[in-house]
Amino acid sequence: MSDNNSHKDSFEYVNPDLVDNILSQYPDKRSATLPLLHLAQTQEGYISNAVVDTVAQITETHPAEVMDCASFYTMFYLRVQGRYILQVCQTLSCSLNGADALVDHITDRYGIGPGETTPDGKFTLMKVECLGSCGTAPVVQINNDYHEGLSKEILDELLESLQ
Amino acid sequence: MSDFQPILTEHIHQKECHTLSFYISVGGYSALEKVLAMSADDVIELVKASNLRGRGGAGFPAGVKWSFIPQDGEKPKYLINNADESEPGTFKDRLLINKTPHQILEGMIIASYAIGCNTAFIYIRGEFFKEYQLLEKVVAEAYEGNFLGKGILGSDYDLDVVIHRGAGAYICGEETGLIESLEGKRGWPRIKPPFPAIEGYLKCPTVVNNVETLSNLPHIINRGPEWFKSIGPEKGPGPKLFCVSGNVNSPGVFEEPMGIPLKDLIFDLAGGIKDGNELKAVFPGGSSSAILTAEEALSVNMDFDSLAEIKTMLGSAGVIVMDEKVDMVQACLNIARFYAHESCGQCTPCREGTAWLVKILTRITSGDGNSNDIDMILEITDNIGGLIDFSKGSFGKTICPFGEAVAWPVRSFVEKFENNFRQYISQEESVT
Repeated sequence: MSDNNSHKDSFEYVNPDLVDNILSQYPDKRSATLPLLHLAQTQEGYISNAVVDTVAQITETHPAEVMDCASFYTMFYLRVQGRYILQVCQTLSCSLNGADALVDHITDRYGIGPGETTPDGKFTLMKVECLGSCGTAPVVQINNDYHEGLSKEILDELLESLQ
Repeated sequence: MSDFQPILTEHIHQKECHTLSFYISVGGYSALEKVLAMSADDVIELVKASNLRGRGGAGFPAGVKWSFIPQDGEKPKYLINNADESEPGTFKDRLLINKTPHQILEGMIIASYAIGCNTAFIYIRGEFFKEYQLLEKVVAEAYEGNFLGKGILGSDYDLDVVIHRGAGAYICGEETGLIESLEGKRGWPRIKPPFPAIEGYLKCPTVVNNVETLSNLPHIINRGPEWFKSIGPEKGPGPKLFCVSGNVNSPGVFEEPMGIPLKDLIFDLAGGIKDGNELKAVFPGGSSSAILTAEEALSVNMDFDSLAEIKTMLGSAGVIVMDEKVDMVQACLNIARFYAHESCGQCTPCREGTAWLVKILTRITSGDGNSNDIDMILEITDNIGGLIDFSKGSFGKTICPFGEAVAWPVRSFVEKFENNFRQYISQEESVT
């Protein structure tokens, strides 16, 4: 694999207490895999090979088992993403309420298509499936936050407010 | 508007309705006190008697599900609250989490007590980050108030609750996929039997209940099964949260009795079709249900049995409304793409079939379809999801019901709106 993934040889959690706290909640170690991956991604921004190795050590599993898990879930990123991940819901209710135009708008504005990141590393555009907020369609999730009932104008204001 | 007095969402417009002090001020946790003075068997019998059916999609009777948990045996038992809400068109559990989280928690404690469980999980979809943070606070409050932890409210009953975030996989809403995911694996559903009640989380007896199902429990305990059965149809009674989205003026979550006419939901509660357009089609129970024509939608009631009679389902009660301007082939492609993306990849008919549906539908919408394509779509849906004959219960080509969940809607689009598909193809064929 090429290099974005492996440029770091080692990974350590900055706050080992959080790791211990996670482990203490489960009857077995492997069940801590998802929370440990979430925690690592919060720290690193993505799941590197080094993260996979560390999580495998902690959960006493094979790194392939952790990678199997990390690669299955769309919220785990296997390479570096933009600082702001623009996740436009494209499923039916959002699509009926103008989601496709929002994707086009972001593409026009930043010159990036779905899956791409701006050269300055600020924005990544993603089309995602149902975010469970169909009553306030169209919805865009930016990092952890939902932004609901968007128009191009409100989206523009929002994008401009992001530093 | 409706005369029905909401039960689960009675207080959601009050400020601070999510806090412990508010919940207690409106009688919260009084059902738990009653339950702690009852035997576990009596709690199960009471919930069985209420005919409460699961609100996650399958509609399985909750009390019956609990009764499958073996009473003997040394293995720990687990309860999992399924908060992985991800069925397109469904957004009710998120509302309950944000507005009435202690009602959910009280339901979880009651269910845990009934099945003899001392560790319960909330599996919440990863995208619901704000809701996850709120639940962390709510659970901490409950520990402080001794509603969780050791010797709950002076009894000898102990319960811990762990909140577990998913990470973006629709299939983890399926209970065995969810259990695998909780175990730290990819969310691949398991072959049943064994059912989770026998071998669930870490091979221990496990019950998985939906957020809304659990939210009903405090009310059933407080007011009794007869009261519950008096709301809506007796075989599947109770208050129900209906989600309405799509081309309507006032989308939202509406709490009504089971069995409310779909017409009332769309034209009264959700304010009718946007821009004065005509109704064309409706998903009654999330995108996994068979789609209804306007004519069918105008005459059906929203309960398990009425919808099953016309070969669709209540599912998660996610009503998606489409108006006359919607291109049904594009809508079908949108849904097929969702399932192709979310297929977990374990079973070949589903993994390959969903990808082929997208390919063929894309070919049709881009003007390259041919007259064999419609038959091919039907053949693929048969191959993924069986013959779709409810009377024969033809399941079984895939490990989990995801196969049916893609086959039913796609097939219903083709069967009920075939002209729309033919239009694309005849245009192309007349050009060539």
